[in-house]
Amino acid sequence: MTTTLKSPAPVLETAPTQAGDAATRPLTVALAGNPNAGKTSLFNALTGLRQKVANYPGVTVERKDGHWQLAPDLPDAQLIDLPGLYSLDANSIDEQIARDVITGRLTSVPKPDCIIAVVDATNLERNLYLATQLLETGRPLVVALTMIDLAERHKLEIDAARLSDALGVPVVPVVAKLRQGLDALAAAVLRAAESAPPVAGWRLSAEAERELEALAALDAPVNGDGITPTVAATTDAATTDVATDASARRYGALVELYAEELPEEAGHQAAVASARARLAEGNPRWWQEPLLARYNWIEGVARRTVRDHKPGRTRRTDRIDRFVTHRFFGPLILFALMLLILQTIFSWAQLPMDVIDGGFGRLGELVRATLAPGLLTDLLVDGVIAGVGGVLVFLPQILLLFFFISLLEDSGYMARAAFLMDRLMRGVGLHGKAFMPLLSSFACAIPGIMATRTIENPKDRLATILIAPFMSCSARLPVYTLMIAAFFSRQEKLLGVLSVGVVIIMAMYLLGIVVAVAVAWVLKHTILKSPPPPLVLELPPYRMPNPVNVLQTIRSRSWMFVRRAGTVILAISILLWALVTFPRVNAATGDADGGAAAATANATGSAPDERATTAGRDETVQPAAGASNVAEAVDGDAGEQIRQSYAGRLGHLIEPAIAPLGFDWKMGIGLVASFAARETLVSTLSIVYNVGEDATEESNSLIEAVRNARRADGSPAWTPLVAVSMMVFFVLACQCMSTIAIVRRETNSWRWPLFMVSYMLLLAYVASFITYQGGRLLGFS
Amino acid sequence: MGSPDNNLTDMNVPGARAAEAGRRMGTTLNTLPHGTEARVVSVDGESAVARRLMEMGVVPGAPVCVIKAAPLGDPIEVRVRGYHLALRRTEAQTIRVVTGDEVKP
Ligand SMILES: Nc1nc2c(ncn2[C@@H]2O[C@H](COP(=O)(O)OP(=O)(O)OP(=O)(O)O)[C@@H](O)[C@H]2O)c(=O)[nH]1
Ligand SMILES: [Mg+2]
Repeated sequence: MTTTLKSPAPVLETAPTQAGDAATRPLTVALAGNPNAGKTSLFNALTGLRQKVANYPGVTVERKDGHWQLAPDLPDAQLIDLPGLYSLDANSIDEQIARDVITGRLTSVPKPDCIIAVVDATNLERNLYLATQLLETGRPLVVALTMIDLAERHKLEIDAARLSDALGVPVVPVVAKLRQGLDALAAAVLRAAESAPPVAGWRLSAEAERELEALAALDAPVNGDGITPTVAATTDAATTDVATDASARRYGALVELYAEELPEEAGHQAAVASARARLAEGNPRWWQEPLLARYNWIEGVARRTVRDHKPGRTRRTDRIDRFVTHRFFGPLILFALMLLILQTIFSWAQLPMDVIDGGFGRLGELVRATLAPGLLTDLLVDGVIAGVGGVLVFLPQILLLFFFISLLEDSGYMARAAFLMDRLMRGVGLHGKAFMPLLSSFACAIPGIMATRTIENPKDRLATILIAPFMSCSARLPVYTLMIAAFFSRQEKLLGVLSVGVVIIMAMYLLGIVVAVAVAWVLKHTILKSPPPPLVLELPPYRMPNPVNVLQTIRSRSWMFVRRAGTVILAISILLWALVTFPRVNAATGDADGGAAAATANATGSAPDERATTAGRDETVQPAAGASNVAEAVDGDAGEQIRQSYAGRLGHLIEPAIAPLGFDWKMGIGLVASFAARETLVSTLSIVYNVGEDATEESNSLIEAVRNARRADGSPAWTPLVAVSMMVFFVLACQCMSTIAIVRRETNSWRWPLFMVSYMLLLAYVASFITYQGGRLLGFS
Repeated sequence: MGSPDNNLTDMNVPGARAAEAGRRMGTTLNTLPHGTEARVVSVDGESAVARRLMEMGVVPGAPVCVIKAAPLGDPIEVRVRGYHLALRRTEAQTIRVVTGDEVKP
């Protein structure tokens, strides 16, 4: 990163001894700042990593570490990216994570040697509030001024040198995107980590200061005995300055006195409580005093350092918002956007999907043609290629979906959508901030559930977690698409542009939303009752989406999809292929499969007999199976093979349960498999409809196979009604191992994930039942 | 502007009538007409929310302006310290404001 040696050089001159220290011990540097101030952008620029950046508050909800090369001859610093926070008095989990790292409360993370306060230049006063709190901690501090390009455009002039004087710490303007100011930042951090910590430049009222002094003195006796070595002398800092010590104690007292709760330390509790009582006597709003003092000071600093050359202008953001959050156009735009995105995904993705589909088809033929016929070839063609290929076909759609989502995220629209829809959220008792996690869940429930960390109240957070999986995620898209492509694609367009398929998919998305809202209402009025939650949400200015961010989001998310196809789906495909292929049926009709098949047939030939003898009651089954064998003579050996396979038996086992939903036993196999991951339905159907197929027959696309599938009585297995019933089931059921795992992690118990899976399964079953039976009553087939 | 009371006296231009002052005292952000510049007098809500609002710059003395309400009437969008904030009306109700020509610093 540092190609010029210019900036680090003076540092080495000014502090030669400490530089030697730094050379042996890598520094720990933390990025702290308001949400959406540009921390992660800076982090990515400094470390070369690619963490998610987007234009709404609350993108980062976990700690992320990276290596930052401060200077060529020094070991890399450990740079920590943190969730955004408005103040060190943290409310929500993400803020607590940030605060704990910044204040060095964690044992797992070294206390930062230097904190970089990331300050948005276009929003100086509010951003400086956190900076003033960071100053109070007495930790080495450097201010990185972001968004200076925007400030310039808004004709806001910020005097960085004066700001630095006022704060008493270095202020470095940076533009992460253009890599400007990064060397200067490195130099400032090196210098700050080794110089005297800053001091806060404001005081409270005389009474409050007196209380602080008294509280600070509570810990002093050890030093006050006259013996200078302190108990805290074990820190690796070379000298523990008495003055630093005193300021640290004052800071400790400040935190204790103005915290929401009483301190844990028993010795302090009484003192703090009585100090609060005394202060409350003089001023009922005593707790606001530090807040006011900080802002008062900040306003003074801002007056001296900011010059607004164009006050009272209407910004671009205001002009855009005139339409986007308009009472009438706002909701219309939101709805139109959703439809437009879905329509585009389906029309644009068609061609590349056909190409990929064809590619996998040819690949299968090629493998069949080159490899000797046998089990291995079957595994490759019917298991791996059909299964994984069946899912990978949907990659173009996934790419497009994430393209649109990242545009919405990086433009600033997400927060507006939350603004428009909040009344609805309030109506069911959801927290205002629940909207963002729910929106993210349209991509994938996992980041969505993680994003609930921004919600302060645990009950509100839990309610949001429990409904997040109802949002139709990208893994459902392949299922919807398959159903639509098989049964609704040839139909007329509505209004000339919208295909019936898109309207049905839109209905599925809406179904998920409506059920989520209803469930939230029930939860918030029963087990998760809590006072009406607040909404205090920053609406960031619109920004032209940064192509780098957009590409990055698409890349990482699609990679996840491909990786899943290559791992989970692959494993399940192989497993399913095996379950569908074994035990081998000893086909009485001359099987020309060759030696290998004959050998396996020999080995497994005894299996059915064994079954018949060990389980006496099976005797009644045997003739029945034989009868259906005759009935399905059309299906031939392949049908018999699957029916007798382990998977087939499993499918038959659950068939009575799913028959009322319109599903047959082959779908049952797919349904069972899809509880690992939703896309697996597609790969499983591929395998189930492929295995045992006559090799010479042109391997049909999955869509054709679905259309041609037959039940035992010869009627089509799938009808439009069955397809809709299947989609409804997929909207509502929680078929995702990763979601269950993440809910377990975020709620720290098995209770909630189990609760979630069961109630969602129940809802899915009931809704599917109503769809199918209701549809039949209405005369659909 | 250390305390709310200071603010009020700062803002009372000579000649402002007491009745006028009383009327202004009664305004909360919730009922402020859109587009009107006002100044915060106090934030009274439940302490956690009040604290959060104040941390975000809604402190006594700060200029605020309601820009619009969402289509269903709630929440409202407010401009404070140069940025935009969405609040539910229940929160806005806890923010007392004064209006008038003297709010411009
Ligand atoms: N114009 C401009 N935009 C920036 C700059 N830095 C960041 N951004 C944009 O600001 C938005 C927020 O950036 P992030 O880096 O995600 O902010 P953050 O502080 O990590 O946000 P949270 O993780 O939500 O706390 C993104 O849209 C960035 O592209 C900058 O210097 N100039
Ligand atoms: Mg971030």
